[in-house]
This record gives sequence, C-alpha cells and structure tokens, in this order.
Amino acid sequence: MSLHSSNAPMPRWERGDTSRVPYGVYTDEAVYRRELERFFYKGHWCYVGLEAEIPKPGDFKRTQVGERSVLMVRGKSGDVHVVENVCAHRGVQFVRERFGNRNILVCPYHQWSYDLDGRLRGVPFSRGVRQPDGSVHGGMPADFDMSEHGLTQLKVARRNGVVFASFDHSVEPFEDYLGPTILQYFDRVFNGRELTLLGYSRQRIPGNWKLMQENIKDPYHPGLLHTWFVNFGLWRADNKSQLRMDEHFRHAAMISRKGSGGENKEVTSGVSSFKQNLKLNDDRFLDIVHEPWWGEPTVVMLTLFPSVIIQQQINSLSTRHIIPRGHGEFDFVWTHFGYADDSPEMTRRRLRQANLFGPAGFVSADDGEVIELSQRGIEQVPWHRALVELGGRGCENTEHMVTETLIRGMYDYWRKIMED
Amino acid sequence: MIDFETFLAVTRLYTDYASVLDNREWDKWPEFFTDDCIYKVQPRENYERGLPLATIAFESKGMLKDRIFGATETIYHDIYHQRHVVGTPLIHSVTADTIESEANYAVFRSRMDELTTVFNVGRYIDVIRRTPQGLKLQSRICVFDSEIIPNSLIYPI
Repeated sequence: MSLHSSNAPMPRWERGDTSRVPYGVYTDEAVYRRELERFFYKGHWCYVGLEAEIPKPGDFKRTQVGERSVLMVRGKSGDVHVVENVCAHRGVQFVRERFGNRNILVCPYHQWSYDLDGRLRGVPFSRGVRQPDGSVHGGMPADFDMSEHGLTQLKVARRNGVVFASFDHSVEPFEDYLGPTILQYFDRVFNGRELTLLGYSRQRIPGNWKLMQENIKDPYHPGLLHTWFVNFGLWRADNKSQLRMDEHFRHAAMISRKGSGGENKEVTSGVSSFKQNLKLNDDRFLDIVHEPWWGEPTVVMLTLFPSVIIQQQINSLSTRHIIPRGHGEFDFVWTHFGYADDSPEMTRRRLRQANLFGPAGFVSADDGEVIELSQRGIEQVPWHRALVELGGRGCENTEHMVTETLIRGMYDYWRKIMED
Repeated sequence: MIDFETFLAVTRLYTDYASVLDNREWDKWPEFFTDDCIYKVQPRENYERGLPLATIAFESKGMLKDRIFGATETIYHDIYHQRHVVGTPLIHSVTADTIESEANYAVFRSRMDELTTVFNVGRYIDVIRRTPQGLKLQSRICVFDSEIIPNSLIYPI
C-alpha cells in the first residue's frame, strides 16, 4: 500500500515554527501516502455521512475514507455500520450504487454474502458439490472459518446524527478527538434535532487536499476575494470574531458576527472586490433570519481534521467532505441539510442561500478556482515555500480574524504526526 | 400532433439561447426568461431522488441578472469559453399558453492553453410560455448527468 513512505524524507521547514510552509507538503507523492496512512487510516476519525442519508434498516451510502471505498449501512436494529467495500474473497469493490437498500450485501463475482455489519454469512459451495454417485467435489478446507473472513469493519462514532468512522479501532473516543471547545461548536449545529437531507453538490478540485482545509482556516481571504462577503458584511475584517482551536491545533472554528456591510475605509478602501454600487436585483438571496440556536454568531465554520468542514453561514448549512485523490487533486462533496422542524419558508430560504455556496456559489466557486491556481503555481516551484505570517508566527486562539494562526496551527500538528 | 410552426419556434429558441451564451452576450441571457421564471442547474442524482438542492437555483429574472453580474464582475475564476450543442426538441405538450419540452445538451469548456473538455452534459426540462414578445422560458431545469463538476461552474448553462 505504501511507497515505503516511512523512509521518505519529509519537506524541510525554513524556520523552527510553521510560518513558512514548504511546497513539498503539496507536491510530494510520498508525503501524501504518509498522510493517508497517518491521518486518514490511523488515529483519526473521518467523516462518512449523516444518519438522515440512511434512515431505514438496510439503507446504505457508498462513500470514502481517504482513498478507500466504504459503505455506511443502517443495520436491522437501527445501528450504523461502516464496512470497507472490498469483498473478502477476491477483492472486488462490489457495491457500485451510491445509495440503496439491501437485506444482505452480496458480491456478484462468486456470490459471497455478508450481513449488514459486514460479517460473512454465506459462501457458495463451501461444503462442495455432491455428485450423483454420492461423492463430494471441492468445498472449502475443513478449517475455513467464516468468522475470519468478513468485510473490514471500521470503528463507528455517531453524534447527534453525524457519522464518523476509523479503520483504527484504537482511536480515541470521538468526543475526546474533537476536544471540548470544538465539540461545543459541533453540538451547536448538531444538537440532536432530526436532520433533513436537502441534496448534494460534487466538485473535483485539482489541488492538494490540505489547501481546502487551509481555505477554511484562513479568515484573511473572505473579505478580500469574495465580493459578496465584503460588500454585504457577511465576513470581513471589521466583524467581531473569534478563532478557536482544539489543544492539538488540528481542528478549528472560525466564529463571526455579520456586520451591516457597506463602506468602512479601514477594510474596503483599495479592496478591488468591494463594489461601491453593488445592489442585488433580487435580495432574497440574502433574506437572513436569525435562528435562536445561533446565539450571537451568524457564522461558524468548523474544520475537522482531516476530512470535513461543517458550515453554518447565515441560514445555509452543509457538510463539505474532502476526498483526496493523489497529492494534487481531491473531490469536494457538499451535503446540504436542514432540520426536520424547519418551516417550508425556512427550507426555501436555506435552498436559496445555497446559491452562495457549492461549485457555482457566489462566494465559494472562486475558492476552488484559487486552489487550482495555487496548486499550479506550487508545482512550478516545488522547492519554494508559502508564507503564513499574518498575525505572527505562533499558534494561538484570537479575538479577531486578521491572522493566519489556524493554518500555522494545523501544520504544527501535521509536523508532530508526519515527522514522528 | 405538433404543428411545424411550434416546432420551428422552439428549435429557434434553443439555438438562439445557445448562441447567446456561446458568444458571451451575457445581458441577453435573462431576456429569454419570464420575470417570475425558474432556472436551475441540478445534479441528476438530486433530481431523480427528489432532493431539492440545485447547484444553481434562481426564481426570478432579477436573480439571473445578479448571476451575470457575479459571473462577470465578482466571482474570480479562470477564463474559459463554452460551446453548447443542443439536441432537437422533444415536445411533450402544447397548449394555447405554454409548451412543455426538453432537449439534450452537451457543453464543452475551452480554457486557455488547454485542450477542450466535456464540461457538463444533461438535458433541459422546459416550460415555455407564449408571450407578445415571443416564446419565453417560464422554467428551465438543466439536469446534468456529469455529477462531478470540474472545479467550478461560473456561467449559465
């Protein structure tokens, strides 16, 4: 599986801290293989989906943990299983549908069948085939033990309707993994209310997967790159905000309260994306209703390392699943959701505001574009490094957003795990 | 039986629409629609499973104008051309006021210094209204098969 990645040299950091990120972390295939092993397959929880996607017994969703295809399955008693989508017999990745419902999981090649939790249930001809003369041909060896040949089962964590999984059964409990600070923001969105699934958007972004984590750990860019954010005050440097991390600096929350927008020379003068005369023809895109559960913030963007971003930006809610595909590309899957007790008006509002986000979003489309162009520039000078020194060179929580502290924090953690 | 005049008029609407987009005559695009129009670009999986989310979901001509402003002025993106190939209309029903019709489409994307690629493939599902100004789209849903968008989708389909 690995390209002997344990022996590969790791990129050299220019300083002792993480304020200069060597481009090798985005371009080196051996580094990437080690990331898969150490972040996606060991010691970490990866996002697989929402329970609302598999409401009934037998429902399944095919998704990925890192590059490995897995199935999230609703068991007969309502429990949730995550199993690897690889037949124990000859390795067929046998489930192709993205969603479906099954009583048992059957590989079509030789009809090996599995229970919904992945346990092997049936093997054709395992006792051989009896002939007219009474003799028996073939069959499995006498010591063949069904219980040893199920699908690979992942450890599963469910919290308030969200499902995470890990190939590593010794991974710490999910709540400890998030830590108390991040858990509190997780529970703010997922507080146990029943979720409703609104649908999916999928995009393939030709950039290293970490560039997307960085994008949502970077509160510097939204008020500069995204015209709508700066004009309408949804996210910009004069908004009241906090940046919070877990104790390892791997996860983060960007918390902010929208302002009234318009002009403020401190943050709009000289900013080319600020359009003095921008007025919407149809302002229902921004028909924002403050929901009681928000509290003071109007936006909390959570980056859960390594695999998912959880978005509450005004009335729009989504999980954004990062599925890496080699060092230079990832799929980004948006699952938009609401709550079962939303009024029809609120559902319409969430869907309307979804126009801001996703692969065509008024404020998200350019994130993918910028990541693609970053990867291109980085591949051009792989010996060079990025500079993330806004707000200093250390990693700390802040009461403002004029800083790249969260990116430095992520790489502080990254170095601990990768250079070990 | 669909009369030839109607068939020709719908065909003309489709070719004009594609021509305007491919020629980047952005301000003309909203004028293909009624004021209270629906315009959606929706992955086939959402459409077929009855999930309401669309990649783009507009519900007025004003929103279409806002999109043109966004695509040309506010969304930073790589430069690309689009080329639409639209199939023959499949007309389902014709009344005095409206026509229900659909057509397959393929949109190719050409970026600078790159080979042309297939960008978005699907079908238009339309409700067309007869107005004094000619046929206008009351509703156009672009249901696309190619569910993974190659990075981003900026211009209308």
